[in-house]
Amino acid sequence: MASINKTQGTKTLEAVRNKLKRERTLTDTAFLLTITISLFIVIYILSILFLGDKGFSKIQMFFNLLNENAALIVIACGLSIVMITGSIDISVGGSTALICTACIVGLNNHGFNFVTTLMLALAIGLTFGLVQGILIAYLEMQPFIVTLAGMFLGRGLVALIEVNQIQVDNIGFEELSGARIMIPFLGDVNKKGAFIQSKLEYGVVIAIIIVCIMYWILKKTKLGRSFYAVGGNAQSALMLGINVRRTKFYAHLLCGLLAGIGGFLYLFHTRSGSVQQATGLEMDAIAASIIGGTLLTGGVGNIFGTLFGVLTSGIVLLIVTAIGSQDPWWSQITRAALLCFFIVLQSVICSRKKK
Amino acid sequence: MSKNNSNQNKISVTTIIKAIIKHKLFIPIAFLTFLLLINVFINPGFLKISMGQDSNGNPVLIGNIINILNNATELVVLAIGMTLVTSSSRGQDISVGATVAIVGGVIMRILCGSETQPTTLHAPIILALLFGCLAGMACGVFNGLLVSKFKIQPMVATLILFTAGRSIGSMAMGGLKPKAVSSFGYYGNFFPGFPIPTPILITIVVIAITYIALKRTNLGLYTKAVGINDKASSLNGLNPELIKFLTFVILGLCVGIAGFVQASRVQTVNPYTIVPSIEMDVILAVALGGNSLGGGKFNMTGSIIGAYTIQTLTSMLTTLNVNTNAVPVFKAVIIIVLVIIQTPVVKSFFSNKITLPKLIAVNGKERA
Repeated sequence: MASINKTQGTKTLEAVRNKLKRERTLTDTAFLLTITISLFIVIYILSILFLGDKGFSKIQMFFNLLNENAALIVIACGLSIVMITGSIDISVGGSTALICTACIVGLNNHGFNFVTTLMLALAIGLTFGLVQGILIAYLEMQPFIVTLAGMFLGRGLVALIEVNQIQVDNIGFEELSGARIMIPFLGDVNKKGAFIQSKLEYGVVIAIIIVCIMYWILKKTKLGRSFYAVGGNAQSALMLGINVRRTKFYAHLLCGLLAGIGGFLYLFHTRSGSVQQATGLEMDAIAASIIGGTLLTGGVGNIFGTLFGVLTSGIVLLIVTAIGSQDPWWSQITRAALLCFFIVLQSVICSRKKK
Repeated sequence: MSKNNSNQNKISVTTIIKAIIKHKLFIPIAFLTFLLLINVFINPGFLKISMGQDSNGNPVLIGNIINILNNATELVVLAIGMTLVTSSSRGQDISVGATVAIVGGVIMRILCGSETQPTTLHAPIILALLFGCLAGMACGVFNGLLVSKFKIQPMVATLILFTAGRSIGSMAMGGLKPKAVSSFGYYGNFFPGFPIPTPILITIVVIAITYIALKRTNLGLYTKAVGINDKASSLNGLNPELIKFLTFVILGLCVGIAGFVQASRVQTVNPYTIVPSIEMDVILAVALGGNSLGGGKFNMTGSIIGAYTIQTLTSMLTTLNVNTNAVPVFKAVIIIVLVIIQTPVVKSFFSNKITLPKLIAVNGKERA
């Protein structure tokens, strides 16, 4: 009798353990991440199959995708961290425009070199993060309004510095930004049969390194875990002994730093600056984070998801351009439809979880 | 005795001042007055309103105040809708600028068909207004469904139309940039022979309808109730989903009216540049009016005054020859100052007169 009870006990225990295991293997984060990555792969394979003649079968296409989006990847990482903490930052577009113009003015007129330009970019980004962080975390102001002011300020300051569009006119900087990494053994054969090696910009390497560092911070450090805790439920995070204010402050500071790096990469890639530059960049970054599985309510998100979110929306844009529709509106509408799909998907997952 | 009396008087005066300062509308009205005073200081003839003639020789009212009242129409109409949305859904609709572009596109398509320089209107203007409002409300239905049924945060839900709206507007016009005949322009400028700009009349009508709706129906009460606590209002027999949905549809209607006025001003629409970043101005107007952007109680009068304040600021900066692109700097500074004044931390700092670090320490223990 006792042994039967015992076996029953172990059976139920095993069932519980299995159930736990099943739940652990497919958390929301993992599920959303899987969807994003598989969607990207499916879209990419489909584009190779159906649009191979438009250049999608070339390996360089993939590297171009990375080259174009390096800055957005870094900025979207910052946005993801802020969103995981349950806050928002819409000032990144403005600060990027400011960084570009300020750095170009420095390079052209004040004899800045590569290092001082980088310092200036980081300083602008960090200042934005610092001030916004203090206002949001310690003065309890609404993040949307504070960063809206940041966005206005960034764009307005650009107009105060320089109204017209300006280009980098600094040989040293141009040489550095024109440099490419030649990927060994990978490349395409052109029409004449010559082998062309694939090229990668240095900015992409920085972006990938930053993605890895941010992944490590979010997964392995106390700070990263407290981001999730605060975003999930600030009240219980407080009861667990987490300093909620400081965590929020650090999230915004980190986002500002990443916006600084991202702005520098943006300058590094485009080498120009204007008032209208990077318009809507903040929305692109938020959209990429959402597609990558970060919930705007906070507490859920993954940096690799964000990376694939950027790539997915990037490739959709490329496909729409490649199909060569004469009407210019389809690219935005397709992106919005993609965004809509993921937003609704998130909502369905969240409501299923509650039941 | 007299000493005592004057003392009493003093107290009553201070209490009155205190009551005025504590009044909800104090900050927006004070700020508007402040801006107007600066304007008068810069340009002594600022408040002057005179009769002039337009290009066709019809009598019209001319003056800075008239211009501000005229140009603020879209902001005021949108701020009314945005206040309701903010209150009920605890978030903002950032797609209003893009949906104005959609409405403008639909109106131009109906009025001009597929011609670029039509000599006649293809449809009666009332039909264009109707379809414009329907287009705006359709956008409201889309946003409202996402927010109420799918429980998506308003900012995220409206991000979709924010991204796509201007492109949809361009699609609605078929990529053309038609210019309607000048009789369509009466609604955005002047009716011949009538000196007051038509948009001002439209604003008055919209404000009157809003006032009646808030007084006569339970719209305001229900919106507040849902915004303060939707679970509690649900237990009290309200349907929070329906009310959130309705506020978005009402905002859609406001967008329809604003789009109609905007399209009528120059009788042509460029979807990519129409009302640039008006969503930010509208949200700023709502915040300026003393409304919490976190939802709950709202103050419609405050929002309307806020909208006029923003317009006054914009036109003041324009008359000062500030570059259009540099205007946001001043708006940013004002947002920060106003919001800092309204934060609970600063409010309690002034009322309790305790030091800021101590306050932060206390608050940190009490609140998240």
